[in-house]
Amino acid sequence: MKVLTIEDLKAVRTAAAKKLFLREESDKSTDGHSSGLDAGTSHMQVLICGGTGCKASSSHLICDKIKELLEDRGLSDKVDVITTGCFGFCEKGPVVKIIPDNTFYTQVTPDDAHDIVNEHIIGGRRVERLLYVDPKTGQSVSDSKHIDFYRKQKRVALRNCGFIDPENIEEYIARDGYFALATSILQKTPDDVIEEVKRSGLRGRGGGGFPTGVKWGFARKSVSDIKYVVCNADEGDPGAFMDRSIMEGDPHSIVEAMAICGYSIGSSKGLVYIRAEYPLAIHRLKTAIGQAREWGLLGDNILGSGFNFDIEIRYGAGAFVCGEETALIHSMEGKRGEPTMKPPFPAESGYLGKPTNVNNVETFANIPVILTRGADWFASIGTEKSKGTKVFALAGKINNVGLIEVPMGTTLREVIYEIGGGIKGGKKFKAVQTGGPSGGCLTEKHLDIPIDFDSLLAEGSMMGSGGMIVMDEDDCMVSVARFYLDFTVEESCGKCTPCRIGNKRLLETLDKITGGRGTEEDLKTLSVLGKVIKDTALCGLGQTSPNPVLSTLNNFYDEYLEHVRDHKCRAKQCKALLTYSINPSLCIGCHLCAKNCPADAIIGDVRKPHIINPNNCIRCGMCMARCKFKAISVN
Amino acid sequence: MPDTKLPCDVAEKVNAICQAYGDNPGELINILHEAQHVMGYLPEEMQRMIARRLGIPVSKVYGVVTFYAFFTMTAKGKYPISVCMGTACYVRGSEKLLEEFKRVLGIDVGETTPDGKFSLDCLRCVGACGLAPVVMIGDKVYGRLQPVDVKRILEELD
Repeated sequence: MKVLTIEDLKAVRTAAAKKLFLREESDKSTDGHSSGLDAGTSHMQVLICGGTGCKASSSHLICDKIKELLEDRGLSDKVDVITTGCFGFCEKGPVVKIIPDNTFYTQVTPDDAHDIVNEHIIGGRRVERLLYVDPKTGQSVSDSKHIDFYRKQKRVALRNCGFIDPENIEEYIARDGYFALATSILQKTPDDVIEEVKRSGLRGRGGGGFPTGVKWGFARKSVSDIKYVVCNADEGDPGAFMDRSIMEGDPHSIVEAMAICGYSIGSSKGLVYIRAEYPLAIHRLKTAIGQAREWGLLGDNILGSGFNFDIEIRYGAGAFVCGEETALIHSMEGKRGEPTMKPPFPAESGYLGKPTNVNNVETFANIPVILTRGADWFASIGTEKSKGTKVFALAGKINNVGLIEVPMGTTLREVIYEIGGGIKGGKKFKAVQTGGPSGGCLTEKHLDIPIDFDSLLAEGSMMGSGGMIVMDEDDCMVSVARFYLDFTVEESCGKCTPCRIGNKRLLETLDKITGGRGTEEDLKTLSVLGKVIKDTALCGLGQTSPNPVLSTLNNFYDEYLEHVRDHKCRAKQCKALLTYSINPSLCIGCHLCAKNCPADAIIGDVRKPHIINPNNCIRCGMCMARCKFKAISVN
Repeated sequence: MPDTKLPCDVAEKVNAICQAYGDNPGELINILHEAQHVMGYLPEEMQRMIARRLGIPVSKVYGVVTFYAFFTMTAKGKYPISVCMGTACYVRGSEKLLEEFKRVLGIDVGETTPDGKFSLDCLRCVGACGLAPVVMIGDKVYGRLQPVDVKRILEELD
């Protein structure tokens, strides 16, 4: 099928809208009744999360099983089974949703398929055991709208994730997909489009927060025979999966936005630089590009406008520094991903020396909706200087791990305690890390600051690309800083001295402290060296790499001091500072610890209290994990 | 590393990959991605061959191979084990898990057991943070693991 005019596109939208109507209506409905085919419901849909997290828990097998059961009963034409992108509630995955009653099933296994089909789809009775149970009330909740995790969210960039079939272009069109592109190229000038993006206040979601419209304006001004639009999908922050989920759940939004960007800056060539470690995202993106070409929404003379645009995929090969735009461009040219000094900015001289505009996946995902709903609508969300919403990968010691999207200005407390459901296992909150290896750790006293670019920066952290890791009292902040430094040292490209050598010295100093050999002098070294690296490193990676150390030093100085002065790690994470011992009054002499000790450090006769020989003990904690009588403690 | 000659069929495949990309040095990373599929790693001889075909110094190819974490110069085991070292997994104890794998297998990160069965690596975030800590063995994801589970998993595979 080739879409030739905007009228054709409208016809496709009308036809496909019927299928989505059911989903949209049930999303709005407040009636909590379940429905089934036996009770007269004529058509039902089963949405199954096909995101990486749920797939890892075999959601594809659930899908196969449900399809098989429906086929056996001859119901395939009455019930659509649709694999969607990420629903976000990864903690409770795999997630299955039944339409039209909007029932939200969590932690489903392939064995549950039988009950879902027989009880619910046919019989109209919800499968109670698969419903989400609100930990506060103990009541089960059938509609995701009423789950705290979703209540405070606002889905803009994730608008289609978990709602449409990402491999079906018609479902995307039914959600007004490609209309932003169509109206831009047919009815607006490139300057109009750039102006609209500027007015929306959208800022780069990759971490920098640079105004997107202004960036496009620079690229537009550059004069060249050829220009490039690049989508930075090299999501490298360890513990963040926002961009991947968008590409997996709504790949057409990226294709459409890149084409719009191409029209605005005067480019006909788009490149997606994506991590090779994201096979599913690559597959979905390739499918989307193929479909868009087939439908005439990519290629020559799109919708008869005379505008040509096509997209190619380039693979990253696992280098964090390639998130930096100049390094990314070198990597796309087949070279080592080393950054270069700016200026010249990519907008003047980028890929193959030509003007290049680089935006991150989430930034692009916001573009179509800004143009269809208007800059004013977008600018009405968020804070004064940070407009719109932000997607976060909420993880760590939190009850509801998952992918969330909140309006800018939401507080960390709301995210952690309302959406995230608080700290796991009733433990005490200690810190929240934002911005990944470039960001910092914030504490209890920062919980009420609004999340936006400027507030986080002012507190010594940063927005970053959207990783948000929650830590509890069992996390040692010195070890966490060490963890990030270890990452940066590994990922430093080695080009500039402050980053290559400075970070290595920082890491060695942290190793010394966690290894029990630190001194108070070392704390000064960390602080001085960290500041020098920040001031002198060449690129964004080096300039921000000391942030985890500096922010923990700032906010958790006592803990550092305990490590170097008292040789104690209060979180009991730094092995060298720990002593394991057996409480003789609790030990029954079952010998299980001794049997499992890899270092033969535990001695004792059967039925008599055992003891640990500290000279042999390697502090692996295996004995403590095995002891059934809680007789082993660590200090 | 000894100067091993590549088997004929491997050389043919690598040549074909280079040709498909027009022997263009700008496509080096894409070529290496596909070439790594052929044997599961990029031995020195293969890098020499690619450099010759593209008309660039071997040092350039080697420079790229060693720069990117995805490329490897050692053969992986039958069961390649990758422990996720993303932050979410780290705070839920993946470091202890890695220690246990190292201890039980007697190898370090980036190494393969002498019998060629297991190789050990770290990776950064699989995106299954809800299941943290996560280990990938081949294509299979193992979630919510504790060090005490390590022995059992290895025995099951063995």
